Amino acid sequence: MSKLLFEEAEWDFATLDRTFKAIEDIALNDLKLDVYPNQVEIISSEQMLDAYSSMGMPLMYNHWSFGKLFAREDAMYRGGYSGLAYEIVINSSPCISYLLEENTMTMQALVIAHAAFGHNHFFKNNYLFKQWTNAEGILDYLAFAKHYISACEERYGRDEVESVLDAAHALMEQGVFRYRRPPKPTKERILEKRRLRAEYEAEAYNELWRTLPAGIEPPHAPPTPVDEDAFDGDIKLPEENLLYFIEKNAPDLRGWQREILRIVRNMAQYFYPQRQTKVMNEGCATFVHYTIMNMMFDRGLISESALLEFLHSHTSVVFQPEFDDRRYNGLNPYALGYAMMDDIKRICLNPTDEDRDWFPHLAGSGDWMGALKDAWANYRDESFIEQYLSPKLIRDFRLFALADKAEDGAYHVAAIHNEQGYRRVRSLLARQYDTGIADANIQVMGADLKGDRTLFLEHKMHRGVPLHHATKDQVVAHIERLWGHEVVLEEVAE
Amino acid sequence: MTYFIDRRLNPKGKSLGNRQRFLRRAKAQIRDAVQKSLKDAAVADIGKERKIKISTKGTREPRFRLDPKAAGERDFVLPGNKEYMPGDEIKKPQGGAGQGRGKDASDSGEGEDDFEFVMSQEEVLDIFFEDLELPNLIRTSLKDTQSKAWKRAGITTAGSPSQINLVRTMRNAQGRRLALRRPSLREVEEMEKELEALECREPSESLTLEIIALKEKLARAISKRKWVGFIDPVDVRYNSYTEQPIPTSQAVMFCLMDVSGSMGEREKDLAKRFYMLLHLFLRRRYDKVDIVFIRHTHEAQEVDEQEFFYSRQSGGTIVSTALDKMLEIQRERYTTSDWNIYVAQASDGYTQSGDARRCVEMLNDDVMPLCQYYAYIEILDEREMEVFASEDSGAELWRAYRTVAEEWKNFATKRISKPADIFPVFRELFKKAEV
Repeated sequence: MSKLLFEEAEWDFATLDRTFKAIEDIALNDLKLDVYPNQVEIISSEQMLDAYSSMGMPLMYNHWSFGKLFAREDAMYRGGYSGLAYEIVINSSPCISYLLEENTMTMQALVIAHAAFGHNHFFKNNYLFKQWTNAEGILDYLAFAKHYISACEERYGRDEVESVLDAAHALMEQGVFRYRRPPKPTKERILEKRRLRAEYEAEAYNELWRTLPAGIEPPHAPPTPVDEDAFDGDIKLPEENLLYFIEKNAPDLRGWQREILRIVRNMAQYFYPQRQTKVMNEGCATFVHYTIMNMMFDRGLISESALLEFLHSHTSVVFQPEFDDRRYNGLNPYALGYAMMDDIKRICLNPTDEDRDWFPHLAGSGDWMGALKDAWANYRDESFIEQYLSPKLIRDFRLFALADKAEDGAYHVAAIHNEQGYRRVRSLLARQYDTGIADANIQVMGADLKGDRTLFLEHKMHRGVPLHHATKDQVVAHIERLWGHEVVLEEVAE
Repeated sequence: MTYFIDRRLNPKGKSLGNRQRFLRRAKAQIRDAVQKSLKDAAVADIGKERKIKISTKGTREPRFRLDPKAAGERDFVLPGNKEYMPGDEIKKPQGGAGQGRGKDASDSGEGEDDFEFVMSQEEVLDIFFEDLELPNLIRTSLKDTQSKAWKRAGITTAGSPSQINLVRTMRNAQGRRLALRRPSLREVEEMEKELEALECREPSESLTLEIIALKEKLARAISKRKWVGFIDPVDVRYNSYTEQPIPTSQAVMFCLMDVSGSMGEREKDLAKRFYMLLHLFLRRRYDKVDIVFIRHTHEAQEVDEQEFFYSRQSGGTIVSTALDKMLEIQRERYTTSDWNIYVAQASDGYTQSGDARRCVEMLNDDVMPLCQYYAYIEILDEREMEVFASEDSGAELWRAYRTVAEEWKNFATKRISKPADIFPVFRELFKKAEV
């Protein structure tokens, strides 16, 4: 009897279940992946569009920008200009993967291996995700945020809420902590607040109420004027997290506005690890699905035609057009990520002399899965490339580095894939993936709290690259709306 | 344990809220685009989805972006080197973004292109009808509020037994029983059983004491069950209803159309389109709108919608028969105290000689005092339209109706000669009064 899990392109739930178990068996027992429990959901194409126009989250608060994205994606999809993603996966526990109903059975298998095990393992083990995101809490938090924002809309009006969200979204990239957790209020400050509150209550006490006849309650004391979020002079400067600074210190914001800023800031922080690990995350998932699908074929679980279909889709996913190709749109994270994972495996199993020079600790060690897991757990794109990009890959991709000075009429080729250039190319590529350099580095330098409350921001120009002029003014206008007073943004040399 | 969840059957349109917000945000641009796209379309197509192209102005999402083209220096790595050696120079492309940076431009919110998306019929109509309303609707509707209705008004502690709210009552009873620790029947039965068992045993002193204690406990439980009732009057809740006046914002729209021989294919078609638009407008703008279709030749009859638009008939033309018919129906079914009355008439302006005068008399004496609004659409061919460029000149009916219009503010006359006229005329007839 044939051991094949499926033969038809059509899928049904029984087949899905059987296939999932087979994949799970390989992932957990052969590859020894460590994953959150899985929850797999089948969705229609409209729902898929829906999901990825709201940051890939199933429960997202409402905002017009998500509607805009949906309208655009929908028109692109209907017009046939773009296909849909096959899957979406959410960094949560249980880890939720969405499968598109139109996928063939082979594609479903690929996607399960890719998302439910590849991404899932990465989410659970990478240090950035461990440190910065709370997989157990995210869905509840999203539900809270959605509810809170719609309650605010009801209470304060859509326009009010929208203008806060617009401004907060504009600052999302400047709304993350890169190096440290947000400071907790000190114990003294909490005690001080408590003391002020008690003092106020004592002051508000009125002897007259005691003379009321029995059974009549005195009116409740009005809420204390000591607002938890009230403006105070306790600021640590410079501060890189603009949203945090404004949330805590803007003079005129009301409590709910601060809460909305906090929600957006938390979302930005939640997505920050994903932005730093695109190459690794996709590389890990792609490597895992490639390995699992091939093992399934080797064990006679999937047919030759399924393998061919899988390979076709795999190769188109990891296709890297060259820089002068019309299709070129930056380095493809799937291509680079997968190639690097595969390369690590090769170095572990069949190293060349060059590899022995470059990666003495890996070369020939044989334990490729261990090496990969270590990389997945402890690196982000920048450090991963700096550490693991091999000369062979630099040659394969024919990578070369250009130096660009704004005032020059030409780019200078700084390094290419040759003996003298490997390290240079590798470092420069790694730098390209450093979000600290790619994002504008803007810091709060001070605020004139005693005077006219002007907020002073500073953009530290990395190698003299200024902010885009028009968008800068628009964003500053947004900051002024939140801050409520003038905002000055200066650009200074690093 | 893995769960497969089939979400395909979940309600659709989850992003509808976001979409509405987006449409609202880009309102000005969308309105222009919709008007433009409707201008060239046939009225019959109004109920279709359409592609709208708007610029991203007003829906930009600015972020801080670096602009390495302006100043400063940077390095970047590209794949696919062919012949370059270190030290080579590559000329920067003139204008436009450099290779590999195509995406930067759109991310910055600057180079973002116009984008196209599909709007549903509902959304298009919403925008088209946005600033239109049925004239004078509110005034009489407030005056004529007469009917009242019973409405739910929460829960009360007193009421008639037929209105007992069982769920609330039983919930309260259970809460009270729990709070007062009423022994359940099962507990009492258990004690009785236990007592029975003890009494069957060999009597001894300790046993007697135990039996007495148990008996006491049982008696207490039974008496407690008595004074803590299963249901107490304080538990009972009643549904409460109050009488509330309901505003009658109901209106009836009489659609009168000439289908006689003098109305050619083209005229009928234009009239049809006008009514279709009107029909869509009424159906969507107001909940309670009755529509009566009356077509006439030398005699008038009431017909259903299908027949009104699609069946053919011919004969002479006596416009006043339609007014007669309309008045007859109004008397029978639509009293002015309950209904706001609107009339829209379409004709080519030709009627039997003398009939126009009779129409004017009827309008002045009988029809206009009843009506909130009367719209008369005259359908001309394009040559006639040029001849009758001025509003003062026209066919017999037109001239006659002009005198009515002078007398009554809520009487409007307009001319249509080609499909493109319909939208502007329609908008003009029903535009919101500026207060």
